[in-house]
Amino acid sequence: MLEMLNLRKVYNPGTVRQLCLFEGFSLRIPRGQFLSIVGSNGSGKSSMMNLICGTIQPDAGQIMVDGQDITRMPEHKRLRRIGRIHQNPAMGTCAGMSIQENLALADNKDQRMNLRPGVDKKQRQRYQDLLRPLGLGLENMLDARAGSLSGGQRQALAMVMCVMTPIDFLILDEHTAALDPKTSDLIMALTDQVVREKGLTALMVTHNLRYAIEYGDRLLMLHQGGIVLDRADEQKKKTRLQDVLDLFTQISIELGN
Amino acid sequence: MAVPLMSFLRAFPATMEQGFIYALMALGVMITYLVLDFPDLTVDGSFPLGGAVSTSLIISGFSPLPALLLATLAGMAAGLVTGLIHVKLKIRALFSGIIVMTALYSINLRITGGSSLLSIPRDSVTLFRNNALTRLLPQAWSTLIIALALVLLAKFLLDALLNTRLGLLLRAAGDNQQVVTALGRDQGNVKILGLSLANGLVAFCGGVLCQQQRLFELSMGTGAMVLSLASVIIGVNLLKRVERLRDSTKVIIGALLYKASYGLAISLGLRPGDMKLVTALLFLGILSTRLLKGKEARDHA
Repeated sequence: MLEMLNLRKVYNPGTVRQLCLFEGFSLRIPRGQFLSIVGSNGSGKSSMMNLICGTIQPDAGQIMVDGQDITRMPEHKRLRRIGRIHQNPAMGTCAGMSIQENLALADNKDQRMNLRPGVDKKQRQRYQDLLRPLGLGLENMLDARAGSLSGGQRQALAMVMCVMTPIDFLILDEHTAALDPKTSDLIMALTDQVVREKGLTALMVTHNLRYAIEYGDRLLMLHQGGIVLDRADEQKKKTRLQDVLDLFTQISIELGN
Repeated sequence: MAVPLMSFLRAFPATMEQGFIYALMALGVMITYLVLDFPDLTVDGSFPLGGAVSTSLIISGFSPLPALLLATLAGMAAGLVTGLIHVKLKIRALFSGIIVMTALYSINLRITGGSSLLSIPRDSVTLFRNNALTRLLPQAWSTLIIALALVLLAKFLLDALLNTRLGLLLRAAGDNQQVVTALGRDQGNVKILGLSLANGLVAFCGGVLCQQQRLFELSMGTGAMVLSLASVIIGVNLLKRVERLRDSTKVIIGALLYKASYGLAISLGLRPGDMKLVTALLFLGILSTRLLKGKEARDHA
């Protein structure tokens, strides 16, 4: 269970640009739930992800994981049990290192980073077996630099790296937004498969309403730091794309765009 | 033309000795500049720091190797301080280096007991003279052989390190900090470690150079960073297309080329004092041709 309790987040406090994004924001996400989050720009989607991961700190309130308070835990410690895929495919891999070296780094995440060989040649076969199901040909290019891959290939590699070691949460921050439609569909299908296979609790921010409807157990729409739509399970299954689109348009009109 | 060429060739073995020794420092700068992507000016202070520690210890009767070990540890401490200033106090990379470099100037003077010049007595044992090893080697070549052995040792150790788990993490810290955080590691600590290792190697180089010249000069640090950076950039850029060579090999070749062109310029009649200008122009030339080439490639794309 991931809980956000009474969160408050104010940007630029004490200036003319002061913006109170969250005030008394609470949300509970049960273990194993796949949550899709939609909302216009500035609605608080990305801030919510950053608060969960510890990239930014709340001004008040608590973030709890299974009853343990992680509000003050530094980002890198939280990320031991959280995997995060960013919008920019370059964020999840090291461009100057080979696919094999990237995988080895992720493989050793829970080990000591000591003076043992960084890349274990015996793992080559295993790495290839991990990459083959992606159908992107990555298994034949283990020695290629990650920087030479396409956006979709890098995002897929980042996904594999994220789930090589056991994690509790998967945070997907508009992770298909920078990809072409076909590659997006592929990465989305891959995401769903990984989340189901590993039984992960997943939070997916997306601008693609179709993905939000098609995938996940629960749909959340944010608007100016508040929840305007929250539908789970059966209720979510009955939700149609048009309903969400209508609500979305209504909100946008209120905003004047 | 014949006279400068002759003098260049006559000085060539000495030039190569210098090239190998300075290559040690260039390898250290390679760790910060290439691996960690950190412009580290601590080098201008940690290089003479190594020289001051090693020279003072030798004068007070230490053997060359323990003296070098302590010089290296002193350099590592200097790098550690730069790293802590940068990471914990969130001060910019350049300023962190400048702060420590400035402080080291006074510290180095303290280490030498206030003198800006120390010379090692004739009969003292150094790595290059009066020891069992040098008696085994042909006299004319012993310095060159020892310097070469040191640089090869440093190169192989560095290459090996960069391929360990820790080495991959160091490379990741320079490549994409986000990945280091995603691996559950504090990227700041990784940077601090890298800075410490790099300055350890730089101080080692300072110690070795002073043992070879049997002299410590407080001013030896001025321009050390630029000189090493020139070696790194010359080597890596000139040999960009040679994918079979490791960066460390390219950096060593860069240091040799730098020292060779230095030697050539001197034999052509330039004064040692002019050399900083030559280095600056060389630097400018390499960086601007790289930029022009990059632009060309984009225009064609």
